[in-house]
Amino acid sequence: MSEDQRTSLTVLRRLGGLTGLRLAGVVVLLALALVFPVVDPSPVATNYGVYALIFVAVASAWNIFSGFSGYISLGHAVFFGSGAYTLGITARDWHVTGIGVFALLPLSAVAGALIAVPFGLIALRVRRHTFIVITIAVFFIFQLMAYNFSFTGGSAGLDAPFLPWGAQTYNNPFYYIALACAVGAITLAWLIRRSRFGLQLRAIRDDEDRASGLGVHAMRVKLTAFVLSGAITGLVGAVWFFYLTQVQPPSGFDPLFDLSVVLMAFLGGLGTVSGPVLGALIIEPGQLYLTANTNGYISEILLGSLFLVAVLLVPRGIIPTGGEYIRRLTTRGRAAIPAAASAAPQAPTEPAPVREAQR
Amino acid sequence: MAREIYQAIVDGILVGGVYALMAVGLTLIFGVLDIINIAQGIMVILGAYLSYELAARLHIDLFLGLLITVPAMFVIGVVIEWAFIRPLRGRERVSMTLLVSYAVALIIEGILYEAFGADDRQLNASYVTSSVHVFGFYLPYIYLYGFALALALVAALYVLLYRTKFGRSVRATMQDETAARLVGINISRVAAITYGIGVAVTAAGGMVYGATNAFTPNSGYDLISRLLAIIILGGLGSIGGALVASVFMLTLESLVDIWQPNWAIVVFYAALVLVLVIRPTGFFGRKAVRAQ
Amino acid sequence: MSVLLRTDGVHKSYGGVRALDRCTIEVGEGTVAGLIGPNGSGKTTLFNVITGYAKADAGEVYLADRRITNSAPAKVFALGIGRTFQLTRIFPSLTVMENMLVASQHSHSGARKRAMEQLEFVGIAGYHAAPAGTLSYGQRKLLELAYVLVADPAIVLLDEPAGGVNLSLVNHIAARIRELNAAGTTFLIVEHNMEFVMGLCDQVTVLDSGTVVAAGPPDIVRTDRRVLDAYLGEDIEEAEDDPAPAEGA
Repeated sequence: MSEDQRTSLTVLRRLGGLTGLRLAGVVVLLALALVFPVVDPSPVATNYGVYALIFVAVASAWNIFSGFSGYISLGHAVFFGSGAYTLGITARDWHVTGIGVFALLPLSAVAGALIAVPFGLIALRVRRHTFIVITIAVFFIFQLMAYNFSFTGGSAGLDAPFLPWGAQTYNNPFYYIALACAVGAITLAWLIRRSRFGLQLRAIRDDEDRASGLGVHAMRVKLTAFVLSGAITGLVGAVWFFYLTQVQPPSGFDPLFDLSVVLMAFLGGLGTVSGPVLGALIIEPGQLYLTANTNGYISEILLGSLFLVAVLLVPRGIIPTGGEYIRRLTTRGRAAIPAAASAAPQAPTEPAPVREAQR
Repeated sequence: MAREIYQAIVDGILVGGVYALMAVGLTLIFGVLDIINIAQGIMVILGAYLSYELAARLHIDLFLGLLITVPAMFVIGVVIEWAFIRPLRGRERVSMTLLVSYAVALIIEGILYEAFGADDRQLNASYVTSSVHVFGFYLPYIYLYGFALALALVAALYVLLYRTKFGRSVRATMQDETAARLVGINISRVAAITYGIGVAVTAAGGMVYGATNAFTPNSGYDLISRLLAIIILGGLGSIGGALVASVFMLTLESLVDIWQPNWAIVVFYAALVLVLVIRPTGFFGRKAVRAQ
Repeated sequence: MSVLLRTDGVHKSYGGVRALDRCTIEVGEGTVAGLIGPNGSGKTTLFNVITGYAKADAGEVYLADRRITNSAPAKVFALGIGRTFQLTRIFPSLTVMENMLVASQHSHSGARKRAMEQLEFVGIAGYHAAPAGTLSYGQRKLLELAYVLVADPAIVLLDEPAGGVNLSLVNHIAARIRELNAAGTTFLIVEHNMEFVMGLCDQVTVLDSGTVVAAGPPDIVRTDRRVLDAYLGEDIEEAEDDPAPAEGA
């Protein structure tokens, strides 16, 4: 293959984003997800499905901000819980019941976005260490507010309006809504990653000062990602609330929430599109199983341990590590990167080893 | 009313001393290892449980028990650092160590739940419930002893840092890790020992905390949020700053508690956010560099 | 010949250390200017002040007739001053092509084309899909050069472009600079490699302890007594063999 052809193919690949194999894989997965409730309609199975998809959406949304920008947020529960409470409060105060409640869902996305703006403006001005701490602090503030304000129902929390659906098929609409949220979040993540906006985010992650020196409006970029992430998380929080039919301060603003999400994204591969999906699909059903079948505390120990194992064994996440492994298998024996173009007669004469990318 | 305010201030100072103990360890760990040790909160609780067991089963006096719990926590700290923190490398090291310490905290919390259950505990001794009556103020003995202990330990830390060879290594590492390596300082050893010290100090803090508060394994969250606020306010890495910030914040909370008990804790978060907006390096913060 | 970039009496102190002291330099449009001096003489600090990475305590910086003192780095870049760093700053997790696109201001398809042109020009086009973190040190230097060029700057500040790379690469870089200069780009180059500087530059300014001790054509400067004094104790031959770039001054 000539140099030109190879370049064109690479360019096409980048533009298209999905080569044959990948595209096929996505379609298959989507098809599987769509027929899952038909294949196994038992409420137990679809319950797993709903939760798994909820967390796929949340992990992807979290990754859109934290994975791409490198600013680890431990406060996304703020959006999740706020979305839940927004739905509960509006349904209660505007006397909306039944299916009409679904129409209120977008409000939770808006709530998430609105909260993200001041939150981000304050938090994104500081170093990464301090950013994480601020997100933790804001999280606790919100949990405290949920406990202490009367309109949030105090420690009793809120109940969702009743849905007069049969028990056998109750889960299914929620399943498909959660699926829609998940697909939406993943698609958004994918679009962002391919876009100039995503490029700027990732440049910020690598070297923020250099990036802003080159004209990237760091604050604007970070804040936009934060708002998008917050909006999606808020929306999903509302879906979760409606499904569960209740929310209280410790469940809506759960300290374990963010660590679970971080673990999902991290295990799968921070900053990749499919990583958080994989991570969520692995961890969430596991957590659900443990909570149902053991007393709650073992799951804490396991969650923490799993995280440590992941950090020590697959520090870059499953998808990147797996991808590299596959690449190594398929390129064994020849240079993975073509020799430098001979356009300049005095091209660098140093050998061109493909060094292991720095972690 | 004035009486209440003065009492609140006195309470705040005394309690602040105790929090200083825990905060100083946390900021020291940050200064040397460049990590925010989220596990510090649960370490305090662990220390409290250890003291509790010693007192309940072996009837060892709380303060004497420290002779056992402090070295024990030191060892635990060194092991954790060696096993989970040292192996972390690479660009994302800062965030990773924070998450790792969060994971460790979670594991310890789970273990504590399994071992001790979710009921409230509180440490007890004759001096816990009695106080001395001075100038019309009530000064609980436990707080006085705790404050004295805090002063003693912080003084000991200062001596360690400024008068010993090891302390010089620690300070050198805090300033410039590469340079310290170049002059032959064993960074790994310094890191492990510092982490151990930071955690060991919390054993003492844990004992006093456990004597003055009812605690469960869940109490770690509340603690760590306060400690984080304190060390950021005081400036990451500054021991003097941690001291000042502890006393200041606890006094502030104590005052707010007079009017709005439910919201008193918010002063921590609100102050934190405010300071970070106005002066991102805290009161005495040294690392003013914005990048990464 | 008009002056494109000049500084006027710049002062900069870090705590008690005076890094720049009444520093006044001029770079003529269309020239290749060199900036030399012993370690710690303030060369990189001057670059930082010009490009906005450090604030001048006093003095002014002008681009053509425009006062740009203490402008933010992004503004300086947008005004047409590109700059590389002693320790190369690239984006390691992005591919080489993506690194180029960060700096680009053009529309999408135009940007790629232009980026490829720059990559071919410096000689690393074949690596366009590789993560920049896998490039060798010399290749990173070329990448950094390429992406500051992509914005078509009027003047490029190079901080030790020949530091830590082998001889053929040094010649390669020098040739690229000559080509760009012939096409109209002005250069201001900080270097320790005397052969590189003397062979390439039209004008050389010598800095010592933050102040200018000599300025003029290379031949004059090299035999100037003050310059030799500034380098007293440092063998000029030794400076050329510097194996690795020094930490920032």
